[in-house]
Amino acid sequence: MNSRQVINLEFQLKSGDFEFAGEASSQIKRIVQQIGVKPEIARRIAICAYEAEMNVIIHSQGGIIRVEILPEQTDLYVEDRGPGIDDVNLAMQEGYSTAPDHIRNMGFGAGMGLPNMARCSDEFTITSEVVVGTKIHMTIRHI
Amino acid sequence: MTIGEIINKLSLNEVATATGLDKNIKKGYVSDLLSNVMAFASADSIWITMQGHQNVVAVAVLAGLAAVIIAGGVKPEVETVDKAVSEGVILLTTNLSSFEVVGRLYELDVRGE
Ligand SMILES: Nc1ncnc2c1ncn2[C@@H]1O[C@H](COP(=O)(O)OP(=O)(O)OP(=O)(O)O)[C@@H](O)[C@H]1O
Ligand SMILES: [Mg+2]
Repeated sequence: MNSRQVINLEFQLKSGDFEFAGEASSQIKRIVQQIGVKPEIARRIAICAYEAEMNVIIHSQGGIIRVEILPEQTDLYVEDRGPGIDDVNLAMQEGYSTAPDHIRNMGFGAGMGLPNMARCSDEFTITSEVVVGTKIHMTIRHI
Repeated sequence: MTIGEIINKLSLNEVATATGLDKNIKKGYVSDLLSNVMAFASADSIWITMQGHQNVVAVAVLAGLAAVIIAGGVKPEVETVDKAVSEGVILLTTNLSSFEVVGRLYELDVRGE
């Protein structure tokens, strides 16, 4: 990869859209694999993207995931249009979930999405404002 | 033990087949919670679940799993099978329970860790 090369991607995420759920993450994974990011790192990027994507689809009114791939790292910026998270520290706890039963029946709602993102990224920041929305920024270094 | 051999020994149904049947399987994971699979299933492992909807395929692709066994007689949705075919995910089904599948895999030297 050329040292000045930057790849920018953007995906719109629709609330409740389970048919395309995982598409953005799959494309992101494919691209980082194509440019030669190590499999283990590509996998971490994929997990971060997937958990963020699913949270926007399941818990929010919709949003966007932006990806910036640099030679040395991948940055994921996820933003949604609300309803936001009242207590971010609580939401970050493993096992905490407000997913309704029909969502749990599909295998979501383990309360592990946010912890997975934090664990699989090198830098993780989440800010949320009730009603307005939630913003997450993750950095995954390639080396 | 390759995926092909596992399919034969356990008489699994191949509902979506792909390249990689000769891949050697050393590890397995069983869970019906998708984020739990994301967190704990190793790359190249075989995943046993009773979920049959299409997000199973996304999880398999993103976590880099070798194959998925849908156990307990659960019939995957048509969309799940279509997606597995297009994404190149090996999707297998069986009437055996998850417990029975895992037990038989363990006998074939597939391990959880
Ligand atoms: N984008 C979001 N908007 C609003 N609430 C959110 C958002 N993301 C997470 N939450 C809240 O934080 C909780 C924990 O999120 P987390 O991803 O860890 O678990 P989950 O989505 O409930 O289950 P899992 O990810 O294991 O399937 C959610 O149940 C929800 O209440
Ligand atoms: Mg989640």
